[in-house]
Amino acid sequence: MRGPKPGDWLPWSVWLGGLFPAALLALHAWRGELGADPIAEALNGLGDLAIKCLLLCLACTPARILFGATWPLSARKHLGLLAFAYVVMHFGVYVLVDRAGELGTVVEDITKRPFIVVGFSAFVLLLPLAATSSKWAIKKLGGRNWNRLHKLVYLIAILAVVHFVMRAKKDITEAAIHGAVLAFLLGVRVVDKLKRSTRKV
Amino acid sequence: MPSDPPIKSSEITGEDLYKAGRRRFMANVAYAVGGAAVFGGGLVAVTRRGGGAPAPAVSALPVLEIASQTTPSPAPPLSKSDPPTPIEDVTSYNNFYEFGLDKGDPALNAGTLKTRPWTVAIEGEVKKPRTIDIDELLKMFPLEERVYRMRCVEAWSMVIPWLGFPLGKLIDSLEPTSRAKYVAFETLFDPKQMPGQDSSVLPWPYVEGLRLDEARHPLAILAVGLYGRTLPNQNGAPLRLVVPWKYGFKGIKSIVKIKLVEAQPPTTWNAAAPREYGFFANVNPSVAHPRWSQASERRIGELSRRQTLPYNGYAEQVASLYDGMDLSRYF
Repeated sequence: MRGPKPGDWLPWSVWLGGLFPAALLALHAWRGELGADPIAEALNGLGDLAIKCLLLCLACTPARILFGATWPLSARKHLGLLAFAYVVMHFGVYVLVDRAGELGTVVEDITKRPFIVVGFSAFVLLLPLAATSSKWAIKKLGGRNWNRLHKLVYLIAILAVVHFVMRAKKDITEAAIHGAVLAFLLGVRVVDKLKRSTRKV
Repeated sequence: MPSDPPIKSSEITGEDLYKAGRRRFMANVAYAVGGAAVFGGGLVAVTRRGGGAPAPAVSALPVLEIASQTTPSPAPPLSKSDPPTPIEDVTSYNNFYEFGLDKGDPALNAGTLKTRPWTVAIEGEVKKPRTIDIDELLKMFPLEERVYRMRCVEAWSMVIPWLGFPLGKLIDSLEPTSRAKYVAFETLFDPKQMPGQDSSVLPWPYVEGLRLDEARHPLAILAVGLYGRTLPNQNGAPLRLVVPWKYGFKGIKSIVKIKLVEAQPPTTWNAAAPREYGFFANVNPSVAHPRWSQASERRIGELSRRQTLPYNGYAEQVASLYDGMDLSRYF
């Protein structure tokens, strides 16, 4: 008997496992275990989860290119949506808790603090991608258009890493690791594309 | 009432097929849960650890015996009437890169710092350069309690009841020469005691400086304790600078050298990122950090943000030190 198809169970794993850190964070917050500055801790934690889920989403195709593994592809859409969910939580904590819903200071922040401009841009660009994640949307847009639109994810990932680098006071080790992983994942695609185009000639 | 049409025998799921479907369903559930455990566990493992350091047991912090001779807290404006930040937060949420970069690291790692024996070298433009033992220094001036606001350049703040003595008293006792214009401070350099100094995140040792008139201002103190107790290692034991109208990074910790000099001395954060951190570093809500606004701050323990005040609320006492200076240039 063949094992279960990844497409059947993997999305459940992504959502169940992927939201576990959020639940843990909520539990820590509820029990007052997030340290002296719980808002900063929650913001950093959610932002970090968002960027890691996005990088995992971008790792699915390179996994196929490098190892011929096709099963991650059935997780890709869900990883992307999970990343979006963490971005929404990150932004939500920022607006509703950190800024206490004072939209004036949010607008000022978004326009005056460069690292927030960058992060906010990434969030806005994610919206059309999240909105067109369904099979219905792919059909409606047509595969080519959908593909073109979803190329935005590379820009979004770069913006997310820049946002992370810019907010660091001095130590950018963590942000640099994210940048290096992103560069590697994009590099694999570029090399693969070049290889295939030279093969055609 | 119409009854449901009878089910044809061809529509009944065969027993073996039903069993196979059930088996497949159970296998999917098992895979999904297993996958979720791996994925969720992995995510938690690679993401930032929630929570700071566990707050150290307050009872473990020795009471500063000499504090019994403390003069009562001077009336405002030298002390602020804001409620102090809980000691658990003051001693577990620290920027002290010599012990790690996370706020909780100093409380976890500063146990390696040995604060006795400890001496402070007095050098430069003074009549008699000398080295003072910390226990002697503790007895040179009566200790005072000062409840000060502490505003970090990262836009958070605390209120801390320090124990210490005015820096100006020490400087006067040293009899500076007429060439003394600035005071330079230096933290201990010993990577064995301060493991963070193995990292190149900042140039070590940490150095700071004040203009002589700033250093002589009655609000500037050298602190040796907080909350009536000996200064915990993570807060800069055994001797640290506190300049409440400036961003927290000016408050150099674990001082081993004080030198009076003629020219403006280098300061660590300014050397590391000159565009972002100036020599003066006066708290100023209208001069933004290049990457974030300084207009508001979060007081540790409070949910909503507070407006940041010019000179951290000490403008009345210190603004005259900077008369005629372009504060956006000398930030």
